[in-house]
Amino acid sequence: MTPTLFLAWSITAAQVMLGGAMGCAAYRLLFGPRAQDRVLGLDTFYVNAMLMLLTFGVQTGRTLYFEASLAIALLGFAGTVALSKFLMRGEVIE
Amino acid sequence: MKRFIPHPLLAFSLLLMWLLLNQSVSPGQIVLGGAVALLASGAMTALKPEKVQLRSVRPIPRLLASVIVDIVRSNIAVARIVLFPAQKDRVSGFVRMPIDLRNQYGVAVLACIITATPGTMWVQFDRKSNSLLVHVLDLIDEQEWIALIKRRYEALLMEIFE
Amino acid sequence: MIQAPDLPAWAAFIVAFLIVTGAAITLIGSFGLLRLGSFYERVHSPTLGTTLGTAFIVLGSMTCFSVLQSRPLVHELLILAFVTITTPVTLMLLARAALYRDRTEGREDVPLIDENDEQALAEI
Repeated sequence: MTPTLFLAWSITAAQVMLGGAMGCAAYRLLFGPRAQDRVLGLDTFYVNAMLMLLTFGVQTGRTLYFEASLAIALLGFAGTVALSKFLMRGEVIE
Repeated sequence: MKRFIPHPLLAFSLLLMWLLLNQSVSPGQIVLGGAVALLASGAMTALKPEKVQLRSVRPIPRLLASVIVDIVRSNIAVARIVLFPAQKDRVSGFVRMPIDLRNQYGVAVLACIITATPGTMWVQFDRKSNSLLVHVLDLIDEQEWIALIKRRYEALLMEIFE
Repeated sequence: MIQAPDLPAWAAFIVAFLIVTGAAITLIGSFGLLRLGSFYERVHSPTLGTTLGTAFIVLGSMTCFSVLQSRPLVHELLILAFVTITTPVTLMLLARAALYRDRTEGREDVPLIDENDEQALAEI
């Protein structure tokens, strides 16, 4: 097995694991049971998607994916903060 | 100096972030990033933040090292709890503890450290009685946790900020 | 689908190790979302992915691109810094929102309201 092939299989394995992690987060997102569990699931989903994009970047050797994952990290942060405020007060901007 | 660069630390971090995003240190990028950093940190004065005053920077590496060690250790601990739940009777619960740290930036840093460490979670801070509410995943001894947080973080943060 | 950049052998093994370890830690953290019992317990487990999981994958990506372009590329550290700083903030807000909801519903397994809590809530 050449080193490149080994790396290729490792990246694929990592992507499968991250996919499983996204599945766990999606379960919490879909089935709750309460609103805060869903928000927690969404936040985890964002982080896992960001890591998945980073592995795609390594797989293809393109730095393009870096910008996408940074944007997802930013959006996930803003989204979760807005949802948490909504849970507490019933409105986002006062 | 102070009139032109109201928040030197913020301006410097913004410039650093600009250069990292553009992945270059060419003079053009430094000028452009410097202009953006100055404008953005100038806009910060409109919010009138409380001045950050570091009394001492020497404990910072020690604090950073102990945070990294704790993050690694508690990652392993939480992973063990998740993977082998039936290992022992585990109790999780809230701990209310008083702290002596008064500086609000110090408290903010302590909040980030406690929450970033898996297994402990900052829930609430009461400014009047200076007590905080922490949720601990593996609560064996309440007093031990309070002593741990006080010894490992609060003492160092008080050296830095107060 | 199975592909990878042509790295020297040592770099390939380092990158593979870092990425697989990071992904495994993240998987364990997200698995905790299913495994743990109450909301306050579940809040702890995603921090595995946002601390060590992210750190390992970012380091792997940094090593890969630094070797590929034969110059040090450190801009991925931005992601690490950003994630480690923002995740505590979001989780803290979420835990406070959950605590507030539980208290207003009169649940008994959460700490009681202090007299100062209303004021503390107003300060957010």
